[in-house]
Amino acid sequence: MERYIFYILALIIIVFAIASVTSKKMLRSVIYLLFTLCGIAGIYFLIDYNFLAAIQLTVYAGGIIVLIIFSVVLIHHIEMELEVAKKSKQILVGLACLVGLAVFLTTIYSHPFNVVENSVTTTTEDIGFGLLSYETGGFILPFEVISILLLASMIGAIVIAKGGKTNFGNKAKDNSNLKN
Amino acid sequence: MIAGISIYEILTVTSILFFIGVYGFITRKNLISILMSIELILNASVVNFVVINKYLYPEMLQGVFFSIFIIAVAAAETALAVSIIINLYRQIASVEVKDTEIMKY
Repeated sequence: MERYIFYILALIIIVFAIASVTSKKMLRSVIYLLFTLCGIAGIYFLIDYNFLAAIQLTVYAGGIIVLIIFSVVLIHHIEMELEVAKKSKQILVGLACLVGLAVFLTTIYSHPFNVVENSVTTTTEDIGFGLLSYETGGFILPFEVISILLLASMIGAIVIAKGGKTNFGNKAKDNSNLKN
Repeated sequence: MIAGISIYEILTVTSILFFIGVYGFITRKNLISILMSIELILNASVVNFVVINKYLYPEMLQGVFFSIFIIAVAAAETALAVSIIINLYRQIASVEVKDTEIMKY
């Protein structure tokens, strides 16, 4: 049973990822990315990491996708068609990616993994204690550093998006006038 | 671990996802599309961390911690990138890669 669920999820992830990088309409490609992220959350549920699945759904599907949609509707007309690369370039890049994928897969399949049969369930409590422990193997320092990183990026995003008084603004207006 | 699924199959799926992201990163001409391709690449690596933790070292939790940190860094990166794109759009009225000649403040 779980086997078939995994295959369905894998199919959803790959099909929607391909649709997301090839779709010509901007907003549709964002929505395809949302389906891919939800499929990955499904894989987390399958391997019993419920906390990670919840993080994936809230941070990625809830936060990042909304940010990207926000920037898309702020910048584009919704029905705008995207400019795509030349056909020859697409084929060349696709071939290069296939070669890289072949190298990856031969490496993976020739490596013997020592798989441990288990059905351990990780609770959120374990994750919390591990993140906040300051003994050997604890993650308290990276945890604090990441909180400072989030704060810094929040302030940086506000400062950058607010914009300052620059000369470029006038230049851009001149350019857009020229284009019109 | 998933009953009846070996680690090789999951690693195959994540490798395919990674290279779809690389393909999108190279062929797209739009800054927002490139950002979305980066999200795909990051997600493939996160799934790899989690799966290797679950299948090879089930008593440890290091893979889970690292994936939480990767997700946090990805969120910070997306917020900054979106703000840079919006600022760039206000200055040069375009988000195409070929128009982006000046990113100096």
